Amino acid sequence: MATTIHEPPQIDSRRSPEPGHSGNGGWRNMVPADGDLRVTLDYSPPPSSTAIFVVMFAVIMMFAAFTSALIVRKGSSLDWQSFTLPSILYINTFVLVASSLTLEIARRRVAVFMGGLKSRVESPARWLYVTLFLGLLFVAGQYVAWLQLRSEGLYLATNPSSSFFYLLTALHALHVLGGLGGLIYVLRKLSKSVLRRNQLVATARYWHFMGILWLYLLLLLWMKL
Amino acid sequence: MHDMSGHAVQHHAPPTSFIRKHVFSLDHKVIGKQYYALALVAALTGMVLSWFMRIHLAWNSAPIPGLQLLSKTGAPGGVMTPEFYLQLMTMHGTIMVFFVLTTAPFAAFGNFFLPIQVGAEDMPFPRFNMMSFWVTFSAFLVLMSSFILGDGPTLGGWTQYAPLNAVGSAAGPGQGLGVVLWMASIGLFCVGQLLGSLNFITTTLDLRVKGMSLMRLPLSAWAWFITSCMGLTAFAVLMPGCILAILDHVAGTSFFVASNLVVNDQVQPHSGGSTLLWQHLFWFFGHPEVYIAIVPGLGIVSHILITNMRKPMLSHRTLIYSFGALAVLSYMVYGHHMFVSGMNPYSSLAFSFPTLVITIPSTIIVLVQVFSLYGSKLRINSASLFSLGFISMFVAGGVSGFFLAQPSIDIMLHATYFVVGHFHMVMGVAAMFGIFAGTYFWFPKMTGRMMNETLGKVHFWCSFVGAYCIFMPFHYLGMAGNVRRYASFVDDYLQPLIPVHRFITVAALLTGAAQLIFLYNLIHSRFWGALPPNDNPWEATSLEWSTATPPPFDNFGGKHPVVYHDPYQYGVQSSVGDYVMQASPEQVKTEDEEK
Repeated sequence: MATTIHEPPQIDSRRSPEPGHSGNGGWRNMVPADGDLRVTLDYSPPPSSTAIFVVMFAVIMMFAAFTSALIVRKGSSLDWQSFTLPSILYINTFVLVASSLTLEIARRRVAVFMGGLKSRVESPARWLYVTLFLGLLFVAGQYVAWLQLRSEGLYLATNPSSSFFYLLTALHALHVLGGLGGLIYVLRKLSKSVLRRNQLVATARYWHFMGILWLYLLLLLWMKL
Repeated sequence: MHDMSGHAVQHHAPPTSFIRKHVFSLDHKVIGKQYYALALVAALTGMVLSWFMRIHLAWNSAPIPGLQLLSKTGAPGGVMTPEFYLQLMTMHGTIMVFFVLTTAPFAAFGNFFLPIQVGAEDMPFPRFNMMSFWVTFSAFLVLMSSFILGDGPTLGGWTQYAPLNAVGSAAGPGQGLGVVLWMASIGLFCVGQLLGSLNFITTTLDLRVKGMSLMRLPLSAWAWFITSCMGLTAFAVLMPGCILAILDHVAGTSFFVASNLVVNDQVQPHSGGSTLLWQHLFWFFGHPEVYIAIVPGLGIVSHILITNMRKPMLSHRTLIYSFGALAVLSYMVYGHHMFVSGMNPYSSLAFSFPTLVITIPSTIIVLVQVFSLYGSKLRINSASLFSLGFISMFVAGGVSGFFLAQPSIDIMLHATYFVVGHFHMVMGVAAMFGIFAGTYFWFPKMTGRMMNETLGKVHFWCSFVGAYCIFMPFHYLGMAGNVRRYASFVDDYLQPLIPVHRFITVAALLTGAAQLIFLYNLIHSRFWGALPPNDNPWEATSLEWSTATPPPFDNFGGKHPVVYHDPYQYGVQSSVGDYVMQASPEQVKTEDEEK
């Protein structure tokens, strides 16, 4: 019944890629067998890394619920009126994809900068500002899309199709604004030289996820509206 | 030089001002206490509302003193109108399910003890944690504001079925602004719980102290972790439902209201909405919510029973896997709430099967607990008594679930008091007993004082006997065909059942009054209770008992404990007694080895 480890745990250096992480058990270990050194792993992923996946999961669940609502609502009645998506959406899509690319460039340059090779990177924040600009451009573009729909007489309550269009694009834009907040946070930390790599990585992951989510939503709207 | 390593944990300095220390605190322990206080206020509110309802059901035309203060139009002269009965019922259900059963066992105890049980200094995102509480608190205020704004709270029940939730004031008092406030409140509540779940999951996965493998986590920590995973999935789906319902109200959209719906002789302007859509969105959240309420209780009482049995459960792993099975299956059974909604009979069959299957992990958990009790020398105290009461209620209420899981029987019983008896026992009272057990057990660690044991035992027996007197007769009423949600029973066939209702009402009033004993004990002990003999008054093993009482700001006084043992090393011989603590490096032998 009672089993014990008789000696203090040892650090398994082979599985500790970043010695700076200390004091944590590490979630990769699922095996409790006492005496097994895996229980004493001195490495665990930083919480921000796990957290961003948790956030993404919640966002996926939310948009999955909206997707099922859209499908059920469309099938429940004959009042669904299709309309052509505003053409600016495709330009917005290009802008968002481009922002992912610029953020990836920024992430690598900042990583080099943080690695101490400052001489090779003069202004690591430049591409972050470009990403920030593109993100704002995307949100502004979405606003223009709503104005286009209004000019066609399609409002939120005009038809369930337009209801879902406004709803899904607005909620996505809100989440993009959250990502922009993350970028500003990273820029602020970078300017104070207190940025952590995992903060940058988590922000980048979220931003790329926003791009993928938008591609999914565009496909959904294109197919169902 | 840029900081490239380390965690995102923002270890915050101890606060100095009163506001930062007790109001907008980042400390998970303070936030846990805040959640507990919120749950306590909510529970008392919900209980008083149930008293009003019970008095009205037993003595239909009797005026209730003071009731007119709650609503001028709903209780003229203190006599409840049918609409006001439904409004009180809605508020009772909403307050109890969301702000008591979710808040206390999960958010309150989890916030306080999860970081300590894993050995962390705090949660990784303390600001989100603080936000989680204050958003939940705001949600409660928004909900309660419906008593004074507009024409009162919504009357649609805690499930807020469509189309009633979307047609506006034409459907009755509270169906306009009342519904919007309800949806806004629950939407806010979802945000609060999502923020909480984020912290719980990352704390469990990433902040465990050295040596604390997943299987070395105490059962309570496992239960909170699994519950947070459920919360993440469930609340993220309910929130869209609330958004859609609010839009139907304020923006004129038609998500939930069908075409040409006539309500109170008024044709509704909406068209083409799906009434079943709300039920799908709601119950995808709603059934896991039942387990969000009960799984923390299962973990808490297991943790307490093991401590008092002085031996581990028969199988630690089986319990953890069963908790996990409950979580997974809870998403596959939600359609059983919709057996009578007119959905495809094959769908009913598909939902019926997992509903019967989910009884297996529930049964396994109870059997492991009960067979572990066999032969143990259980220490009888308030915490262990309430833990036993939890099992008793969970079993007694769960058995009726076998009947309700079958669509053919459920069609007969669904709209009767049988269901009311079932869910009150298996989810309501059982979870409440879990909260009580946790309170008596962890009170010394939370406050640095002991609760009065005699008063605790009196409280237990009054609550235990009282709960059975209230809720067992509900099953009988249901089998006799007594419909639920009626404000009064005027039909001939219901007249012979009125004495049963009166018995239940008297039992409810007395049992409710017995809760004042608990309230007195809680408040009196907080300030004048006996000091615990040491930091570990129950001779327990988990990490929360390794630290000072109450724990310091950073939980372990600047030290990082190292875990050497499985969580429940009882029945061994060590320098301190028949147990060895998780953080103790002491080498011990089992009693068998000693022989």
